[in-house]
Amino acid sequence: MATSRRIALRRASGTIATLLVAGLLAAACGDDDTATTTAKGEDKGTTLVVYSGREQELVEPLYERFEQETGIKLDVRYGDSPALAAQVQEEGDRSPADVFYAQDAGAIGSLGTMLEPLADDTLESVDAKFRAEDGRWIGITGRVRALVYNTDEVTDGDLPESILDVTDAAWKDRVGVAPTNASFIAWVSALRLTSGDAAATKFLEGLVANGARTYEKNGAIVDAVAKGEVDLGLVNHYYLYEKLGQDAELPIQNHYFADGDVGNLVNVSAAGVLASSKQQEAASTFIEFLLDEGQHFIVEDAVEREYPLVQLDGLADSPRYKDLPALAGIKGPDVDLSQLGGEVAKTVELIAASGLTS
Amino acid sequence: MPISYLLIRAGGAGADAWRATLESGLVEVAARSMLLALLVAVGTVLVAVPWAFLVVRSDLPGRRGWALAGALPLVIPSYVGAFALVGAFGPRGLLQSMLEPFGVERLPEIHGFSGAVIVLVLFTYPYVFLLVAAAFRSVDASLERAARGLGRTPWQAFRATTLPQLRSSIVAGALLSALYTLGDFGVVSILRVDTFTRQVYLRYGPLLDREGAAILGLVLCLLTFIVLVIERRVLRGDQQASRRRVAARDATDRVRLGRWTVPALLFVSLSTTFALLVPMAVLAWWLAGIGVDGAWLDRWSDTFVATGGSVLASGLGAIVAVAFALPVAYLLVRRPGRLPSMIEAVVYSGYALPGIVAALGLTFFATRTAFWLYQTLALLVVAYVIRFLPQAVGAVRSSLERVNPSLEHAARGLGAGRFTAFRRVTVPLALPGILAGAMLVFLTALKELPATLVLRPTGYSTLATEVWRHTAVSDYREAALPALVLVAVSAVPLWLLVIRPASATTGAGD
Repeated sequence: MATSRRIALRRASGTIATLLVAGLLAAACGDDDTATTTAKGEDKGTTLVVYSGREQELVEPLYERFEQETGIKLDVRYGDSPALAAQVQEEGDRSPADVFYAQDAGAIGSLGTMLEPLADDTLESVDAKFRAEDGRWIGITGRVRALVYNTDEVTDGDLPESILDVTDAAWKDRVGVAPTNASFIAWVSALRLTSGDAAATKFLEGLVANGARTYEKNGAIVDAVAKGEVDLGLVNHYYLYEKLGQDAELPIQNHYFADGDVGNLVNVSAAGVLASSKQQEAASTFIEFLLDEGQHFIVEDAVEREYPLVQLDGLADSPRYKDLPALAGIKGPDVDLSQLGGEVAKTVELIAASGLTS
Repeated sequence: MPISYLLIRAGGAGADAWRATLESGLVEVAARSMLLALLVAVGTVLVAVPWAFLVVRSDLPGRRGWALAGALPLVIPSYVGAFALVGAFGPRGLLQSMLEPFGVERLPEIHGFSGAVIVLVLFTYPYVFLLVAAAFRSVDASLERAARGLGRTPWQAFRATTLPQLRSSIVAGALLSALYTLGDFGVVSILRVDTFTRQVYLRYGPLLDREGAAILGLVLCLLTFIVLVIERRVLRGDQQASRRRVAARDATDRVRLGRWTVPALLFVSLSTTFALLVPMAVLAWWLAGIGVDGAWLDRWSDTFVATGGSVLASGLGAIVAVAFALPVAYLLVRRPGRLPSMIEAVVYSGYALPGIVAALGLTFFATRTAFWLYQTLALLVVAYVIRFLPQAVGAVRSSLERVNPSLEHAARGLGAGRFTAFRRVTVPLALPGILAGAMLVFLTALKELPATLVLRPTGYSTLATEVWRHTAVSDYREAALPALVLVAVSAVPLWLLVIRPASATTGAGD
């Protein structure tokens, strides 16, 4: 009996050891990969640590292009933008991060003075409404709130002129929203700032009364619209293209609201340099790269079709954007993006009170 | 460490922050979380105990296969399982599209509280099953035979002799699933149930409210303590019984199922269908959606590297966790008292804490006191141990309880030192539980995501982070490959270490 146990134990530890060695080897293979692709960077000896809230699937080719062109090696840490922001705050001034590139202005804005103000001529390449008032972060790409709809279930003529109309009886049980998603929260803040808390509460309660279905993320809403689980969804414009990139046959399309409607909020993904970074110069190079090559990449290569924020030659008339309204032509609410971060707590309170999240 | 981090953060919050956080409908959320944990714990016991009985003590056809099937849902991360089940059974899921020709427009809602209970039971009952099946195998069946000889019916005999010996395993398992439920974020957010952990994540997430998150984290610790107190109550009076236990492994009589065979088969096959086959089928369906394109080599090499990362980090986590679990469990069983109980409570509270809390706590301390450790594999392993140690302690403890202390005394009487007696007598006898504990930690760590994202060395990938990377851009077809490999990687050790030795030793005893 004891022998059979001992054999079992030996066998078990043998298996564990084999698995660990295999794991070590595979992990080592991974290291080799990165070592060879970045051999160039070692010449210059500069390595930048980038905390990237933007998804690996989207930006990895861009980062690789940066390494090739500048010889600066990037150590990229991918994560969800708010979680990375929280991580930087816990790390304090010992943060290994040199640059933070976030999904939205709120997450990067929460770092406050942990970010170093950017150089003036960097800041000036982007319209003042797409960067921090204190110059500590700068918008890289633009995204617009839009209404995604199922083209089998909804005819163009029936689509609402204003976002506030999705609480009409015609859309009962047909609307999807992501009430805990950062971009929805930012939009509700914009609604509060332009029309007041009462109007925001009225709209949120209208959504609840109208049987709006809630989702965790924008992507899930677009999926649900494609499947016909709901017919309309309040999302950012680029999720449509992510989905169509996977399956071009899906019956989904974006609708933008009438000029001047609060539904057309333009928000940004944004980047900044950590004040604690000892490589300010290389970090600035990276930001400048995002504002130059990065803009071409967004327009020419990325599936998402976000809007470039810098006016560079040849970008304006890209055929990939022929179905999208021009960014300059989008008339949305007039709000200061730097202000949205400070409104989050109050906005969330209103959303919770409306019953949308429970 | 995570708890003291919470104390620092929540302590730094002003009275206003406390009031605002605690007023926001929190009682309701807390009650809902506790009810969910309770129902899931009861549900897992109702599924796992009959299942363990069927495969260990009955003549169920295909017992070995069903024993494997009973443990296998453990290989499916609960968030992946929830996604897959929603994909299959959602109002407009795969099943609906198959039924569409028959005029089915929508299926009934699976989102919501009852859906969450069912999904969580399906993916956590194996925790109870593994512990109870291991206990069943080492139960002393001679008592039950004696009771039968004294004229008791089979059920009376079972209840009077075997069931009490299983109690600590059942409770340990139920505790694990209750705490898992308290700490779960994936399933509840996919099925839209507002729980405590979801609130914590929202505060670290879009709400950017670290103080509020820390306050809620502390309250969550409190809820964990309440669950532990309940467990202690249930087990009270059990300590004496445990001391008399004998680790006998003689042949057990198998119950003839007779006309119960069909219902029993129906029970195990239905559960397996929902917990295992449907999620796998949905993953395979998603993977098939990619078709054959030029990126297969890249896809496989990414997945291969991630597999290595997963196995290495989780394997080290399992080994270290068991190394810590052995002395803790030994103290709890052989020297029960106030101090071991305190240690146990601390150990268990780490388990129900959301992964992001543990991760940010370690970030806070490592960057301040041990920067050289920060974002190294070692710190990630520490996080796994903090989070999953209770699984190892639970498993080791319930198997140690079935080791008769008189055997250790005999060894000491024969001149062996305390440590030698422990190593040569206790550890081998408790081996099934120790291996089960290591496996549980390994399997759970493989699936861990939030702490891995924060603490992994920069550029290090695991299968879970690969799944996340694709689901972050809601590309489920690309997520299917790492998810399926994750399932396969988990299945191999489960087979080698839990199922095979167990059936081999039972086989030897027959």
